[in-house]
Amino acid sequence: MTETGTITVKRGLAQMLKGGVIMDVVTPEQAAIAQDAGAVAVMALERIPADIRADGGVARMSNLELVQSIMDAVTIPVMAKVRIGHFAEAQALQALGVDFIDESEVLTPADEKYHVSKHLFTTPFVCGARDLGEALRRIAEGAAMIRSKGEAGSGNIVEAVRHMRSIRDAIKELTVVPEEELTARARDLGAPLELVREAARAGRLPVVLFCAGGVSTPADAALMMQLGAEGIFVGSGIFKSNSPKAFAKAIVDATTHFEDPNVIVAASKSLGKGAQAMAGIDLRNLPESELLASRGN
Amino acid sequence: MAPKAGISERISIGVLALQGDVDEHIAAMRRAGVSAAGVKTRADLARVDGLIVPGGESTTVMKLLARFELGKPLQERVRAGLPLWGTCMGTIVVAREVVGLEQPTLGLIDIAVRRNAFGRQNDSAEVALPIPVLGAEPFPAIFIRAPWIERQGRGVQSLAERDGHSVMVRERNVLCTSFHPELTADTRVHEYFLSMVLEASQAGRAAGIGNRQDVA
Repeated sequence: MTETGTITVKRGLAQMLKGGVIMDVVTPEQAAIAQDAGAVAVMALERIPADIRADGGVARMSNLELVQSIMDAVTIPVMAKVRIGHFAEAQALQALGVDFIDESEVLTPADEKYHVSKHLFTTPFVCGARDLGEALRRIAEGAAMIRSKGEAGSGNIVEAVRHMRSIRDAIKELTVVPEEELTARARDLGAPLELVREAARAGRLPVVLFCAGGVSTPADAALMMQLGAEGIFVGSGIFKSNSPKAFAKAIVDATTHFEDPNVIVAASKSLGKGAQAMAGIDLRNLPESELLASRGN
Repeated sequence: MAPKAGISERISIGVLALQGDVDEHIAAMRRAGVSAAGVKTRADLARVDGLIVPGGESTTVMKLLARFELGKPLQERVRAGLPLWGTCMGTIVVAREVVGLEQPTLGLIDIAVRRNAFGRQNDSAEVALPIPVLGAEPFPAIFIRAPWIERQGRGVQSLAERDGHSVMVRERNVLCTSFHPELTADTRVHEYFLSMVLEASQAGRAAGIGNRQDVA
């Protein structure tokens, strides 16, 4: 008996990434820098979120030649993004052989109502979530990994904090809710009762939970790990800083030893005096139409 | 093969916790009746009677072992007899060499491994794997972007094969599996490793030397 594409195998790869940092890259050279800094995986993209935000227009799945060249450049797993609901882009990425597919609100949604039915794929999916209901709906559709949405390309951690706390607090609450209340909770969350019951029993999501959206410094990474993230996605934070190699390594170190402030000090100092994290955006000044996190539900 | 109560209480199992599926191994050890804890520092390492190097990314963990100066003390303890078990990434980290790649390793077992030998993630699979030392019932082996053992030294014993390649090997105090027993409910490989740890600690006690090192 040899069975591929099972839930165990798909969720399993996410489990192997725990405690690690996944970095957005747009060239094979950047992918090599990420791997060298200790990234556990890379996200192959045409443009990083900060540039997608600046450029406007429709953001789609990346050029497949580019994704292939990044797959050829590194030995760590390679992820790539598809538009929400765009199952044909996902079919193409699976056929190309990427290791993980991110159905991402950073790209322009292809379907305003439905997400991809991820059970139909051998390749595992990661999806963004702002709260527990959204996380469980994505898992019900077959997501093998969840990440906070945060506000990608903003350099501002506030939304990721909101999403992580929201997911964590909602699970904590479920663990003390009496059994007879669970159906009403499932209705309020808009999630299947079975998954709500599973989260209540285990005190955690049935899949790995990473943080994404706004991480730009070693301290940001340590904050999110202490808030319960099991690993970190860094998008624009590395290659929009003025010293990508140093930021990449420092964020990896801070993620590993997130509970040790001395390591955060050493990691932050290693950036040097002239280090500048990416410029950030105060999200209160951003019109609703430019927010990415509200895409998909 | 399950360790007897009383003995197991005195055994301290560590799981290298720089990156990877650490909690899954700790939970599997608990199911096997033994408590385990993460190892992140030299002080943590000095306290354990057996060490598991879990699944994860080998390039990442090799860099972190070097940056946080854990690689050398780990090598010293294993060469002095500390039982070690590497799963998947752990197999790569402790191997003598990685075939076709300039990747540093700890060189604690005489094997050459090929990374992602069964393919990328789409080829990751659940396999009913015969492992004679664990009994007649096949083991539910989960392979995730798994390596195989391409070459092995004469002192290395092959305990299981898939498609003609070794995927579980042992040389003295070092055990390697290219699959993930920690992701299944079957605790037989965890129990097998515990028996190695018990043997080593009994042998150490008989010889009058504690296997565990006290923190200076």
